[in-house]
Amino acid sequence: MHRGARQGSRGRIAVVSIRFDKLGVVIALIACYGAFSAPFAIFRANRIVAGEPRSIIEALPQPLGAVLLAVLVAAGLIALFRTPLVARLGAAAVTLASLALLIGVAGSHLTPEGNTFARISPASGFWLLIFAFTLLLADVLTRLQLSPVGRVVVLGIGAAAIWLLLASGQWDSLSILKEYANRADSFWNEARRHVELALGSLFAATLVGLPLGILCHRVQALRDGVLNVLNIIQTIPSIALFGILIAPLGWVAANVPGASVLGIRGIGAAPAFVALFLYSLLPVVANTVVGLAGVPRAANDAARGMGMTGWQRLSGVEFPLAFPVILTGIRIVLVQNIGLATIAALIGGGGFGVFVFQGVGQTAMDLVLLGAVPTVALAFAAAIILDAVVETVATRKSTEVAAA
Amino acid sequence: MRAWLPLLLRLCLLALLVAFLSNPLWFEPLLRPLTQNGAPAVYNQGSLLSLALLHLRTVAIATAAAIVVAVALAILVTRPIGAEFLPLSRSLVNIGQTFPPVAVLALAVPAVGFGEKPTLIALFLYGLLPIFENTLTGLTTTPPSIVEAARGAGMTGWQRLTKVELPLCLPVMLAGIRLSVVISLATATIGSTVAAKTLGEVIIAGLQSNNLAFVLQGGLIVAALAVLIYDALSALERMAARRMGQVA
Repeated sequence: MHRGARQGSRGRIAVVSIRFDKLGVVIALIACYGAFSAPFAIFRANRIVAGEPRSIIEALPQPLGAVLLAVLVAAGLIALFRTPLVARLGAAAVTLASLALLIGVAGSHLTPEGNTFARISPASGFWLLIFAFTLLLADVLTRLQLSPVGRVVVLGIGAAAIWLLLASGQWDSLSILKEYANRADSFWNEARRHVELALGSLFAATLVGLPLGILCHRVQALRDGVLNVLNIIQTIPSIALFGILIAPLGWVAANVPGASVLGIRGIGAAPAFVALFLYSLLPVVANTVVGLAGVPRAANDAARGMGMTGWQRLSGVEFPLAFPVILTGIRIVLVQNIGLATIAALIGGGGFGVFVFQGVGQTAMDLVLLGAVPTVALAFAAAIILDAVVETVATRKSTEVAAA
Repeated sequence: MRAWLPLLLRLCLLALLVAFLSNPLWFEPLLRPLTQNGAPAVYNQGSLLSLALLHLRTVAIATAAAIVVAVALAILVTRPIGAEFLPLSRSLVNIGQTFPPVAVLALAVPAVGFGEKPTLIALFLYGLLPIFENTLTGLTTTPPSIVEAARGAGMTGWQRLTKVELPLCLPVMLAGIRLSVVISLATATIGSTVAAKTLGEVIIAGLQSNNLAFVLQGGLIVAALAVLIYDALSALERMAARRMGQVA
């Protein structure tokens, strides 16, 4: 019903404005400012002093600067007017690829020969241009109404392109990768820790939350109490919950034999894991309850009539029908956990937050980026992949129901 | 008897919160066992009451700005003039929700410096999404027949919006605002990692000096505030929904 209304109103617009694309006007304005008024790169004599801005022409060797400006103007014009989707897709892809390639060139061009202290980072103009053309790309991809598989493929292409650029050393002269080069070992350790925290707590929450949700569905009296407690846990600020858990876990480590051998300690990853687990329970339990409550009565009655036992009905009828809703809960938890795991660094739990908080402490923004960019990328990829899975499962279920 | 029990519990919580904020020393014996080596049991580097008020002020400013912008955007993309932006704005909202608040906060620091400003920006951006999403849901699910009836009654576009569509989607909109406020209350504590004056200061002081009493009091004050505000907004929402039910 939504979709029909949306297309109807868009059709009306197409008649009114023939030439300009409204979103294109916004994109062209941002791109124009980013290309001509804002600095493309920032040069700093070392990693913490204030930087000097450099425009596209100053930052790139000739004729590359002029080529980039020409590409930007052409892509801006394609965005500005009503053009076929393929042209817009091409313009967005080509522009983003050239920006990504040339910021690396700017890095090596601006670094004085043999100087290891100088830092080159992308400046506001670069980020605005990336934003403008990502907007164009997102708009094209939205209008194409890609299938779930298509979206994951696009994500894969993007990830492969970034991996290629990283592996080729094209970006090595940029300051964020210089921060990485100084911390290559600890980066991968923290990355592993971050993923372990996010996925491990999700796994534990699913293991506990599913039975708890089923129990809440069956036992009416339990439902309100459990959901209220889980709701209140959500309102405790994350840094406080992480901190509060230090004491009980410290006690367990000191008094329960074998606990400290398992890695349970007052500070570090254990309280972070338990906190993430507690935050994850609400979406899993609540969605399980909602999913099971949404199972059509007729389906349940039919199963009962066929002589299915309670357990058979649960595993054969109710659970499969509720699965898409439960999966949505798991998607919420995963994206939320990837973000929250950054807080673990405050209590010595590791993860990408280590770089973020170190960077904030040293006012070294490149270090902040080294922690923030992978976190955002992970959360983004997790959201796209799980959305695709949820959609696939949901449509398969609805076609099965329709067929039956 | 059961009907007034929740109300009584909330009033007790409110009384406890007010008592703690105005006279934290009364509760010192309760918190004492949580400290070690004679460390102070009640936060002593500033008044808890003023921190709580600053915390609420930060959340209020950010939420007010988020409401204005999010509702305006939702109205824009549901009018014929902005319909072109509707599909894109939906995907942007989805993408925006994957940004962790810590990342937004840390990335805002180079642009505006330390203190309250990066916190306001992070809370504003984070608060936009639930309000926008809910207002959009409300506006796009208004029954077309009602809008048509309003059109038939000779209402202009502006009148239809302010007298029919917005009042009808008020309950859904309020639910979005409630979600946004509760998230902001908890997220504002993280703002203290970039030197904003919020209740997070108490928690971080506790983490740094290994003082569990500080962590607990900071966390519990925020949680109590969140629970009370959540309930108050839920009540407001039920009132709005009831009013809509009577009108329709």
